[in-house]
Amino acid sequence: MTTTAQAAGRSPVRRLAGTLHRHPRLRLSLLLTAPLLWLAVLYLGSLAVLFVSAFWTTNSFTSEVVKVWSTDNFHALFTTPVFRQVILRSIGVALAVTVLCAVIAFPVAFYTARIAKPKWRPLLVVAILTPLWASYLVKVYAWRLILSQGGLADWMLKPFGMSGPGFGLLAAVIALTYLWLPYMILPIHTALEQLPASLLDASADLGGRPARTFRSVVLPMVLPSVAAGSVFTFSLSLGDYITVQIVGGKTQLIGNLVYSNIELNLPMAAALGTVPVVVIVLYLLAMRRTGALSSL
Amino acid sequence: MQLSRTARIALRVAAGLGFAIIYVPLALVLVNSFNPDRSASWPPPGLTFHWWSVAWENEGARAALWVSVKAGLGATAIALVLGTLIAFAVARHRFFGRDAISFVVVLPIALPGIVTGIALNSAFGTVLEPLGVGLGLFTVIVGHATFCIVVVFNNVVARLRRTSGSYEEAAMDLGADTFRAFVDITFPLVRSALLAGGLLAFALSFDEIVVTTFTAGPGIETLPIWIFNNMTRPQQAPVVNVVAAVLVLLSVIPIYVAQRLSADTAAESRI
Repeated sequence: MTTTAQAAGRSPVRRLAGTLHRHPRLRLSLLLTAPLLWLAVLYLGSLAVLFVSAFWTTNSFTSEVVKVWSTDNFHALFTTPVFRQVILRSIGVALAVTVLCAVIAFPVAFYTARIAKPKWRPLLVVAILTPLWASYLVKVYAWRLILSQGGLADWMLKPFGMSGPGFGLLAAVIALTYLWLPYMILPIHTALEQLPASLLDASADLGGRPARTFRSVVLPMVLPSVAAGSVFTFSLSLGDYITVQIVGGKTQLIGNLVYSNIELNLPMAAALGTVPVVVIVLYLLAMRRTGALSSL
Repeated sequence: MQLSRTARIALRVAAGLGFAIIYVPLALVLVNSFNPDRSASWPPPGLTFHWWSVAWENEGARAALWVSVKAGLGATAIALVLGTLIAFAVARHRFFGRDAISFVVVLPIALPGIVTGIALNSAFGTVLEPLGVGLGLFTVIVGHATFCIVVVFNNVVARLRRTSGSYEEAAMDLGADTFRAFVDITFPLVRSALLAGGLLAFALSFDEIVVTTFTAGPGIETLPIWIFNNMTRPQQAPVVNVVAAVLVLLSVIPIYVAQRLSADTAAESRI
């Protein structure tokens, strides 16, 4: 045993291992070189170029990019009525989806975390998680089937003398809510599950009725998790353009504007693309104040 | 909190409705694949296996599936290597800019797909095209790997933080060199985290459509792109229905594997 170890000690591999062990900085640079080349140079580099190109313009005859610094694109962003309208609509959709998700998620999470029998709870969590693995496109397609003419929605509303909403803004909100709902249920479920029963008992001992306990104890403790979930529902909705293309009819959101500008006016598309990024960053900063990000 | 009987029943009903909202659309996709009709009208006039055999013979769907598998495997392999390297650097070393690295890793998945997509598209256009390399499967793999790194990183770094470095130190005290300690001690410790991360990365790549749209060359069609292109063609609707149903059924596999691996790592990292 000793002899083999000594023999190995002179082998080049063993010597390399020793060198690495004695030089943590060398080890670190070997670990980081490849990933940093990929992420910092390839990815951040591309992002930086895209951002800079937002300050370029295009020749309106040839659609060639003209590399002259100008803030025209950003000026157009705030002054063109269509752009302003679409930006506000997109933020409205993202907020609506977030509120809808929270409203639907809360009772589901409350049931799975505190009312269902403890032995069923892990299974219920799996039931919440499963749709996350189903294809994004298939889930949107499902809503295309439901909302199409003569589809399930029409069939269900027929007895009440109504018809489904069809494809449009409402359909887009419904489909987006469906897509991101599990991201809202899970954090709320976790928060409710970790809520100590003693706090609820204490509130009851002090004369708090369930409604009061809910308002003064449960809600404040769950709110950071709602905020954490909302980061997903909000930012994922804001950047989406595929769902709107599939069920949104003629509705346009920021993503669609970016998409439709890429071919003819890349600098404008880049400027439009910065809008969701800036809004998402602002939203993250706002949510950080609630302590939501530490629970992500 | 002692909830009243009515409140409990109301919550049960609301939760039941919530789960119905989650599962009815998926069930509908399954049922609709047996719909003999080309339209999606409900209820279907009958049930048939006809379209399943038609879909099985469909060249376009098969080719797209194959492209998706190749892209997924390529992206997963790159993400496993890069994600693990960063995880070891972040978990086992202290250095300037460590927090910034964790941030950069998340960025590709945090930013809207279309932003990442056009950024990579114009970068490939300016850097690769002069070299004579056009967009193709290779660029899809590069794009996918970029946003898959984070799931591998998350899984491995979480595992490394939970296992202290003292096991490796013990191995080294017993005479193992750096490589030997890695093979015998560290790798077995992170193996299941790598599996979970790899599984997630593959699932993420397999499902991706936005970045793919901007990085795929002409003629490269992944399965999501194929579905998207054929969704609005009435002629192809029945085949799309079957492919969608198959994807719903396939989503059970990662759930099962993730549960077997360790429920908490996989569940947490999907978020």
